[in-house]
Amino acid sequence: MLRDMTLGQYYPADSPIHKLDPRVKLAGTIVFLISLFCFDSVDSYIVATLFLIFVIRLSKVPFKFMTKGLRAIIFLLIFTSLFNLFLVPGNTLVQIWKLKITDAGLQMAIFMSVRLVYLIMGSSVMTLTTTPNDLTDGLEKALSPLKKLKVPVHEIAMMMSIALRFIPILMEETDKIMKAQMARGADFDSGNIIQKAKNMIPLLVPLFISAFRRANDLAMAMEARGYHGGEGRTKMKPLEYKRLDYIGYLTLAAYLVLMFIADRAVLVTRLADRII
Amino acid sequence: MGIEIQSLNYIYNAGTAFEKQALKDVNLKIPDGQFIGIIGHTGSGKSTLIQHLNGLLKATSGKVLYNGENIYSEGFDMKKLRSNVGLVFQYPEYQLFETDVFTDVCYGPKNLGLPADEVKRRAARALKLTGLDEELYKKSPFDLSGGQKRRAAIAGILAMEPSVLILDEPTAGLDPKGRDDILDQIAALQAERKITVILVSHSMEDVARYVQRIIVMNRGKVMYDDKPANVFKHFRELERVGLSAPQVTYLMQELHLKGWPVDTDVTTVEEAVEEILKYCRTGSSVHA
Repeated sequence: MLRDMTLGQYYPADSPIHKLDPRVKLAGTIVFLISLFCFDSVDSYIVATLFLIFVIRLSKVPFKFMTKGLRAIIFLLIFTSLFNLFLVPGNTLVQIWKLKITDAGLQMAIFMSVRLVYLIMGSSVMTLTTTPNDLTDGLEKALSPLKKLKVPVHEIAMMMSIALRFIPILMEETDKIMKAQMARGADFDSGNIIQKAKNMIPLLVPLFISAFRRANDLAMAMEARGYHGGEGRTKMKPLEYKRLDYIGYLTLAAYLVLMFIADRAVLVTRLADRII
Repeated sequence: MGIEIQSLNYIYNAGTAFEKQALKDVNLKIPDGQFIGIIGHTGSGKSTLIQHLNGLLKATSGKVLYNGENIYSEGFDMKKLRSNVGLVFQYPEYQLFETDVFTDVCYGPKNLGLPADEVKRRAARALKLTGLDEELYKKSPFDLSGGQKRRAAIAGILAMEPSVLILDEPTAGLDPKGRDDILDQIAALQAERKITVILVSHSMEDVARYVQRIIVMNRGKVMYDDKPANVFKHFRELERVGLSAPQVTYLMQELHLKGWPVDTDVTTVEEAVEEILKYCRTGSSVHA
């Protein structure tokens, strides 16, 4: 169940997308996500689709990993589609009892689902091709101007990378404790909701204790190595833009221009109108 | 009857970039009442193997038979299997969760659906077997020392009174005294109840003293499966896979090379002392 979340699960491969500076990928993801909200013509969505396919192909990550993240939002997807399908006013296409499916509703339902799917897939590309450490590094560097406003950027980035670092550890730990309790006859699947919650106690108590123990150990280890926050701290591998990164930014700019042109030109829409 | 493993394969993360075959074509027969050591380097698949024995992991292919019954067949009672095949995980103290030691030990037998007085009787008996001080029974498990926690956790499995007891590195992180105590108690339990005990370890030294059969795992395969003395004969091969024979094996081999007619098959320090003394006595009489 927890394992299905692709977000934050790095897929190692040797691709130009993997090699990009995390700041480029961060910017790219944000631009892509915002563009999905700013443009809503069919034409611009075709451009977005092509761009997404291009990036996914380039990343060498198998397509099924991209769709894994969708499992987490499957219910959200179904609900949005259903609500849009039945509640948006317009010309009635089908009527089942009091529920009406309208043309605008159908259009909206498809459109919203596509948008949601693209949002998840777009951000999955980033998390699948960037290690959590690179990601926080990129975030820290990108946000470093905020240091002047006394925002503890380094500390926030450090906390984020620690949190991300601990997700797989705690997942493994959960698995271990679960198995250990199952070996003692624990049953995590059957019973009603209260019974199920009660059955979780033998899992949660050791998990919390272990999380606190690990946090304590880590704090000790960091202090023993003289960690004192971001002040005067240098990086072993400082982030620097290379040629590939400039190409990345240019591609991104080209994407935006294309989106804009497609939105204005509405070629497909016009074509469709003419046919009809 | 015991447990039988037939051409077992297990692959972690099948179908992803992290795919890793942990077990390759493992075939084993574990008859009732044996004291077995499973030895292997870190990542050799020994922990993965034992999790198949009580059905916590499902083989990618192959069969596990418990008393002749395929545990993967439909309608097989996994809960009953887990009560018959007790598995003590590595660092079992991390599974303690109750407010006091005694209640925690009761968790296993309670899950078996036994009546309350039987649960208490079993818990008391299991705790006694591990040699934990009686005054600690009502203490929070988190206030105990590392060794005491380990004992309490092992008692948690013993209380289910399994007929097969599997221990994954039960002595990891314990001092020599705590290590010997726990292993001695397990050996005594095995001798008294005639249960099957499988001891997983990477220390030959620990295992050699107790077991009657050693299974050496290497890269997911069974490398040797024989009596300790026969396994230790391959000490050079063992070294190549990151293991070693007990120190006495090396000593006896050296002595043998020096021309002492000692038996190189001994596996424990006591036997080695006996062997050397025997030679010294006869040897000195020859020289005199």
